[in-house]
Amino acid sequence: MTPNPRQRRSRNIFASNMAANGVVCSSKKKIQNGKLILKEVNGKQNVFSEQAKNAQLLETKSSNGRPPKKPDRSKESFEEVPLYTAVMTYLGFYLLMFLGYINQLFFTPKVAMERNRDGYVPLFDRFESFYLRYVYRRVRDCWNQPICGVPGAEVILKDRITKDYGWTFEYTGTYTKCLNLGSYNYLGFAEATGPCAEAAAEAIKTYGCAMCSPVQELGTHPLVLELERTTARFVGTEDAIVFGMGFATNALNLPSLVSPGCLVLSDEKNHASLILGLRLSGATIKVFRHNNVSSLEKLLREAVVYGQPRTRRPWKKILIVVEGVYSMEGSVVRLPDIIRLKKKYKAYLYLDEAHSIGAMGENGRGVLDYHGCDPKDVDILMGTFTKSFASAGGYIAGSKHLINYLRVNSHAACYASAMSPPIAQQIITSMKIIMGEDGTLEGKKRIMQLARNTRYFRQRLKQMGVILYGNDDSPVVPFLVYMFSKIGAVVRTLRTRNIATVGVGFPATPLMEGRIRFCLSAAHTKEQLDKV
Amino acid sequence: MATQWIFFEIFEALNEVPFYHVLLEVGLLLWILWLIFHKSYNPKELEQLTEKEKEQLIDDWTPEPLVGNVPQNHPYLKPPTVSGKAGKYINVDGHHCLNMATHNYLGFVGNKDIEESAIKTIQKYGVGSCGPRGFYGTVDVHLDLEDRLTEFMKMEEAVVYSYGFSTIASAIPAYAKRGDVIFVDENVNFAIQKGLDASRSRIRFFKHNDMVDLERLLIEQAELDKKNPKKAQVTRRFLIVEGIYMNSGDICPLPELVELRKKYKLRIFIDESISFATLGDHGRGVTEYYNIPKEEVDMITSSMEWSLATIGGFCVGSSFVVEHQRLSGLGYCFSASLPPLLATAAITSLNIMERDPSMFKKLQTRCQLVHKALSALSSFSLQGDPDSPVKHLYLRDPPNCRETERNLLSKIVDFCIEHGVAVVIAAYLQMERFVSRDSIRVTVNNTLTDDEISNVALVFEKACSEVLH
Repeated sequence: MTPNPRQRRSRNIFASNMAANGVVCSSKKKIQNGKLILKEVNGKQNVFSEQAKNAQLLETKSSNGRPPKKPDRSKESFEEVPLYTAVMTYLGFYLLMFLGYINQLFFTPKVAMERNRDGYVPLFDRFESFYLRYVYRRVRDCWNQPICGVPGAEVILKDRITKDYGWTFEYTGTYTKCLNLGSYNYLGFAEATGPCAEAAAEAIKTYGCAMCSPVQELGTHPLVLELERTTARFVGTEDAIVFGMGFATNALNLPSLVSPGCLVLSDEKNHASLILGLRLSGATIKVFRHNNVSSLEKLLREAVVYGQPRTRRPWKKILIVVEGVYSMEGSVVRLPDIIRLKKKYKAYLYLDEAHSIGAMGENGRGVLDYHGCDPKDVDILMGTFTKSFASAGGYIAGSKHLINYLRVNSHAACYASAMSPPIAQQIITSMKIIMGEDGTLEGKKRIMQLARNTRYFRQRLKQMGVILYGNDDSPVVPFLVYMFSKIGAVVRTLRTRNIATVGVGFPATPLMEGRIRFCLSAAHTKEQLDKV
Repeated sequence: MATQWIFFEIFEALNEVPFYHVLLEVGLLLWILWLIFHKSYNPKELEQLTEKEKEQLIDDWTPEPLVGNVPQNHPYLKPPTVSGKAGKYINVDGHHCLNMATHNYLGFVGNKDIEESAIKTIQKYGVGSCGPRGFYGTVDVHLDLEDRLTEFMKMEEAVVYSYGFSTIASAIPAYAKRGDVIFVDENVNFAIQKGLDASRSRIRFFKHNDMVDLERLLIEQAELDKKNPKKAQVTRRFLIVEGIYMNSGDICPLPELVELRKKYKLRIFIDESISFATLGDHGRGVTEYYNIPKEEVDMITSSMEWSLATIGGFCVGSSFVVEHQRLSGLGYCFSASLPPLLATAAITSLNIMERDPSMFKKLQTRCQLVHKALSALSSFSLQGDPDSPVKHLYLRDPPNCRETERNLLSKIVDFCIEHGVAVVIAAYLQMERFVSRDSIRVTVNNTLTDDEISNVALVFEKACSEVLH
């Protein structure tokens, strides 16, 4: 398979061909057909959103035939919903709700009732419990599926059936081996044997399982110090600080960075942990449209020129919060543009690389590597160790000044317990492998494998004519099925064919866009992907 | 007929009137119309900035630096390093000390069985679980752990979180929303405070362990309810306390709290991070200590990071209450699940606890011995219940300035570490709601012997005489 630079060139040439043929790929055309299938152009599918197409035309005009220095990365595609499907989705949803109401009228729910609490205000909203019981219950078996093995390329699911339409589950006692497209195992480090696992076992023998103390008291052990140094080296900054949980990293450090009187511009599709951290901080939050640089620029301009809404005093600081790869969309942030804006308007940038660290870029260093940007341009780099390093925890990296401040003032550093030694050891070993410091080419191999898998998978799916979201290079592949009940049906069907995937619907995504999400991994082989 | 006549009259009148009069009238009419429809003078519009001015403003604006400065020699920048295991003895910065600082109450750190089971789990499951609970992150060891916890605590259901801090900080906002009322003790730990902030409810603090104050607040709330009964019917009322308070070492007066709960119809959540596996004959916590049946309490949360010597947290309670968190606990749904090896470590600890319930009695006797020994110290006042494994030592004659107090305490701590006893100053951030006085926190574990306890008291005395005089 061709390595990266050549592939980029071929894509550019193809795009210029399309432009030369005068093809206008607008999504309006699909509504005429009334079907989900894209228009076939030149035997291959390709749809560009308007912005990306313009950017591409500019790039290809200048660099036709030569491999471009900063490769064109704006290959994202977001389709609009065909009208027919939108109507059907809404209808389907209303039908479900209606059936639920009827069900509630006639049958009593077999759910736990509260005892010993007469005369108390009810604990849950009526609508919440209704939704839970009647709508969610029908598809409940798609989620929370227990596994009993390593969440690697293949995973062993514990089968369960429900005899009473989803109220309770019983385990049949059998196990099914499935191809795992649901776990966040991008570089394939979730393995039970191998250098990482052995090192982690050693760490347990040397340091025990846990430190039982908050970080600031007696929770610092040499593994944590080494991990911080290694992380800083890996990401390319001066220093880093690690925490025991990725979610807590966001939620507990944002309040120490921004306070009331600051403005935060956050992307529409930011993760719940970022939103929680921003809410706890008390700063003013403004949302800009997903990955839309012009919307961000407009908000920035207004903010700097007009200041705070009523008092017109200037903002104390402006922070832009974005993610590297968005887990529900699969899109990659437009980093060079945002850095340019940030420098112009003197804002600060917080980049959450939960999914992209280790998974994107030529050396696995995340979106900075992928876009070729300088880590010093981003003020605060945050990431988690759960996804690519097969472990747990989160980190924040940046300048020494910033990290010192966080060490003293961060909530998590002061009150939450220290990271567990075997977990820290696993991260150190896997990071060293990726950096190539252990002397083998294993890390490079894994990164290449992941990139190959991503491109191949997306290409094949597009040829089949499905709608995918997101950037061509992101290992998170959301595959849109709009209707609510279709999500459940597809997940179940795939499971009967021994493929484990994840279905996501309302309320995690907008109502219109129910989707199935595939998470690719370096551990998948071509044959496995072909099967899918 | 009449209308025609009127028109005729108007026409005649117009003809007879002098020309300038007509002009004047028409002019006035037009002017009135113009005044009515003309856009009124809007002061805001005067401020339309030109592009050049906007650029100027953008150039001129200087934001605050992202983070403030911290003094270079702040103690948090160089915390003491622990090498090796933090079991009975702990190696702090090279000094081999008796461990009275980490929260290892039952001595499970370093236990061979637990380590064996954790290593076996790595060999079966790898290290991480690579996904949140909803998306193939639920490993069967998690389900086992939840079952064991329900059996142990004799409750109906349990939910396991992957980090102790986020357990209570996610559990509170899952139930309490804007418009509800929460009554909390002043001295609750920081995780609970964060949970309260995230829930956006109305918070009412009552003085630490003071039932009279709490009753006063409840009566106030009842008065408000009488004024507005419709609103009162949808306002949920919660009471959140800790089993043993981390910031003071006191045990909460649970029987009185349950009485108040019944009287004023509150829902009570107890955070038993310290009291789980330390109080009660079988280690079931405050409910067993006071012999209160499990129906009286709505939910018990705990972190596994102290007694169980692993990482994580859990909530137990009746199915009705706890099930809700599976969909709306933020730290449960949106975060990766607990690594399997830590879950197995917890299961093994539970096994050991069930096999050998005498360890709790042992711990309680130790706590009482330590309490006796430390209350005899001359320069310290001891705060904490005799049965609690966490005790705080405050200086008896504190200096006026907080900085000096902290410096003295840290000198005492250094002295103790050099002489083989590891203790710590309790760590607080400045942004707590009620900042407590600095103190030395002493923890008790059940591997201490009588000699060691008396030695600890001696070391403290020596430290005080060295540093304070």
